[in-house]
Amino acid sequence: MLNCKQTSLLVSQSLDRPLTVRERWAVRWHLFICVYCRRFKQQLLLIQRQMTAWQTGSTAQSSVTLSESARKRIAERLDTFN
Amino acid sequence: MTANPHDWLNAHGDYLYRFALSRLRDPHLAEDVVQETLLAAIKQPNFAEQSSARTWLTGILKHKIIDCMRKQVREIPASELLQDEEANMDDFFDQTGHWVDKPQVWNAPEDSLQQQQFLTILQECMSRLPQKLLAIFSMRDVDEMENEEICKALQITPTNAWVMLYRARMALRKCLELHW
Repeated sequence: MLNCKQTSLLVSQSLDRPLTVRERWAVRWHLFICVYCRRFKQQLLLIQRQMTAWQTGSTAQSSVTLSESARKRIAERLDTFN
Repeated sequence: MTANPHDWLNAHGDYLYRFALSRLRDPHLAEDVVQETLLAAIKQPNFAEQSSARTWLTGILKHKIIDCMRKQVREIPASELLQDEEANMDDFFDQTGHWVDKPQVWNAPEDSLQQQQFLTILQECMSRLPQKLLAIFSMRDVDEMENEEICKALQITPTNAWVMLYRARMALRKCLELHW
């Protein structure tokens, strides 16, 4: 029987590699009886979904900009190359 | 068309900088990789075949960021990388392997406003991750790189990668639980 610590590691790994049949059944059984690890899994999946949304959205929206000095430095560097 | 690097800097410089800053966190490193990206772009003759300058430049930028992250991860002492799967997780689990702080119910963000709030907290939580964990988490869950690519890029074993991703997710989850 897996405990919560072992289950959480396998749930995390299931996002990165296919679990073996034995691991899958062990995790499934633990999740069946443990509400906390079920929540943990849902939360990891939520974070993953939101990360995908973040990648497409926020880089375009954020208001951070290159500083003037950095912009000038890069422009000069480009000139020396042309 | 003749590609003018100054046009790239004007049109996409801020975007590239934000992208780099979100991965590397250090403004100076982020500025450096933007500069390296534009210099590398000048040397690539086949720009005209590309559909979008931004997409093309972002592709180059990603490689420059990975080079930079690789250097950062290499500076981590081997002893820290090689901890096995029973790595120290005492903050999260007691000696019998039960949760110390039991995961609570989260309300999934339902509309775009809530989603924006969730993302703001998520980014704040990411910014508190140790740099090496941020690096690998960004590659996996933001850039959706395959594990094999990540291991190759960072020169670590798959087991190292899984454990680092696990630690990153555990830390993020805990941070979100406190603030979401």
